[in-house]
Amino acid sequence: MKTMIGTLLGASFLAVGLASTPAVAQQTTLTIATVNNGDMIRMQALSSDFTTKNPDINVKWVTLEENVLRQRVTTDIATKGGQFDVLTIGTYEVPIWAKQNWLVPLDKLSAGYDAKDILPKIADAVSVKGTLYAAPFYGESSMVMYRTDLFQKAGLTMPESPTWDFVIDAAKKLTDKSAGVYGICLRGKAGWGENMAFLTAMANSYGARWFDEKWQPQFNGPEWKATLTDYVNLMKEAGPPGASSNGFNENLALFNAGKCAMWIDATVAASFVTNPKDSKVADKVGFALAPNKGLGKNANWLWAWNLAIPAGSKKIEAASKFIEWATSKGYTDLVASKEGWANVPPGTRTSLYQNEAYIKAAPFAKLTLASIDSADPNHPTVKPVPYVGVQYAAIPEFQGIGTQVGQQFSAALSGASTIDAALAAAQAASEREMKRAGYIK
Amino acid sequence: MATQQTQTLGRMLLAPAVVLLLIWMIVPLAMTIYFSLLSYNLLNPGMERFVGLENFEYFLTDPAFLASLRNTLVLVGSVLLITIVLGTLVALLLDQAIIGRSIVRLMVIAPFFVMPTVSALVWKNLLMHPVSGLFAWIMTSLGMQPIDWFAEYPLFSIILIVAWQWLPFAALILLTALQSLDEEQKEAALMDGAGAFSTFFYITLPHLARPITVVILIETIFLLTVFAEIFVTTGGGPGLQTTNIAFLIYSQALIQYDVGSASAGGLVAVVIANILAFFLVRIVGRNLEA
Repeated sequence: MKTMIGTLLGASFLAVGLASTPAVAQQTTLTIATVNNGDMIRMQALSSDFTTKNPDINVKWVTLEENVLRQRVTTDIATKGGQFDVLTIGTYEVPIWAKQNWLVPLDKLSAGYDAKDILPKIADAVSVKGTLYAAPFYGESSMVMYRTDLFQKAGLTMPESPTWDFVIDAAKKLTDKSAGVYGICLRGKAGWGENMAFLTAMANSYGARWFDEKWQPQFNGPEWKATLTDYVNLMKEAGPPGASSNGFNENLALFNAGKCAMWIDATVAASFVTNPKDSKVADKVGFALAPNKGLGKNANWLWAWNLAIPAGSKKIEAASKFIEWATSKGYTDLVASKEGWANVPPGTRTSLYQNEAYIKAAPFAKLTLASIDSADPNHPTVKPVPYVGVQYAAIPEFQGIGTQVGQQFSAALSGASTIDAALAAAQAASEREMKRAGYIK
Repeated sequence: MATQQTQTLGRMLLAPAVVLLLIWMIVPLAMTIYFSLLSYNLLNPGMERFVGLENFEYFLTDPAFLASLRNTLVLVGSVLLITIVLGTLVALLLDQAIIGRSIVRLMVIAPFFVMPTVSALVWKNLLMHPVSGLFAWIMTSLGMQPIDWFAEYPLFSIILIVAWQWLPFAALILLTALQSLDEEQKEAALMDGAGAFSTFFYITLPHLARPITVVILIETIFLLTVFAEIFVTTGGGPGLQTTNIAFLIYSQALIQYDVGSASAGGLVAVVIANILAFFLVRIVGRNLEA
């Protein structure tokens, strides 16, 4: 009896196997690694549009938090693991990885894709010697988001391009701790992509830089001291409690709950804070350029999340089809038709900013474009620097150094360390790493 | 009595298992030693070269190393102290005949079954959060300023979380021991007119010496590698205040992608654990033999 059942089972499996073999042979399954940000979650939900258009391609998603994704993707690509066919990576990784030949150049995109339409600043950030190595999914800079009602009540007017002096002064005036309203919310969580992204952009406007032309770290200079002093004092007087563990998402929650009068962060946040579904203050938000110190640089950064194909992938053709779909104008239209214009991925294409429907639906569009335009990765600072990148230096060692420095600065913010001690420790740590990596002889 | 022949046969039959176990142990260790002698950064492939003991020198002279060694010892020591003192008290309480004892026991043991990452999240967001946490709510209700736990007392906060997790373990082991305490001894002490304190110090505590050593040994092994609680709550900061050895190695390996230094750090951690184990076994082991 047992044998018979076994035979029957075996036969039926075989039959099923045979029946489905032809279909399986043509199916390609793409493994796509992405970040758990709102726009990527939306892309995941809409990907059925892609699979219907390409019935021979399946997609499998690996969605992770930013830091975890970066670790998984970096270890996979560096050890040639070949787990993924499409990667979501930042502008920091693209030039470094392209130089290692870890990425497939995207030079065979179809004519309809219109690569020339990509914003020049963003296209430049994801290209090496004029060749695209990744396609931007959304791009961002940083800007000031503020509460128009609180400003009006306090009799203050936000200029379109405020100075730090104005911002600091306004933050102090707007703080009302008894009502749970804090003048300004800024990133404080340690990490090169967390507090250091903001602080580096702020330092740029103060005339500071990470390294001089000989790769010597500059934390012992007066510019960084002025930056950190202003930042720490401002947060002490006008920031929310627990600021040293606040990153982008924590500040977003605080702002949406009506606890911050100002918030300087990514332009992408603009569509979240003006969305009445998530934000209590959706109709009271104004926007302005990131502050400056009168030295010719605003405190804004430049970032884009991009899709790229790792050199180890065996499904390059299908992968580039997917990338074209997700970063095309057609995808933008798809999101607009399903979720409204305000929710389309911003900051990548010139045509989007010429689209009347978008400009009307997104009050932040003009400032987003102006902010992206005013960031310059090739000349990020007042003084000359040997590196590329606004809120980072595009060298492999930067992640480690940036995180160590970020830890020291978050200690200064929490009061565990003094400003001078934090700067000295940051200088020592970065000198040590740069010597070890062979930049300083 | 086994003959010479059967003994040889027995050894031969055992050999595959022993060899397999040895490989199981030695291959990872050998690879770690090999990597620790290379300058090997994942982000610079093809640049690997032999550098001798440079990674060790670099790891040991890192200012973060001494800080993390200190934090590790403070963390292990404080958690041991808290869990054993409180664990003994809890065990004494649970040993009493109270109504609903089995339910109370279950509740006391519960924290041990919560995954470290989950308990860290609960403590961070529901209890210790300076704006929306329970502690902040209590303090503001009493008219006080809420404490920003992870910024002001980061290491203490971690100690609190880890101690909360390990207290049930200590209490459970000590409770089991208490229940094996001879009732007649206690009765005899009572008849001799001994008070509660002298009964505790002269009868109960000596009886608990052995289970306490077991708790110290087992907890030390696990506490040396505390990671999830730190990763979830403070990320080793602010500064280096909550970086322990395990977290430092993690940051070498997966934030800086420095395989060489991380391997060297891993070996240093093994040595430190062995030094600790050596002393512990000597102090504690004597107790166990007696």
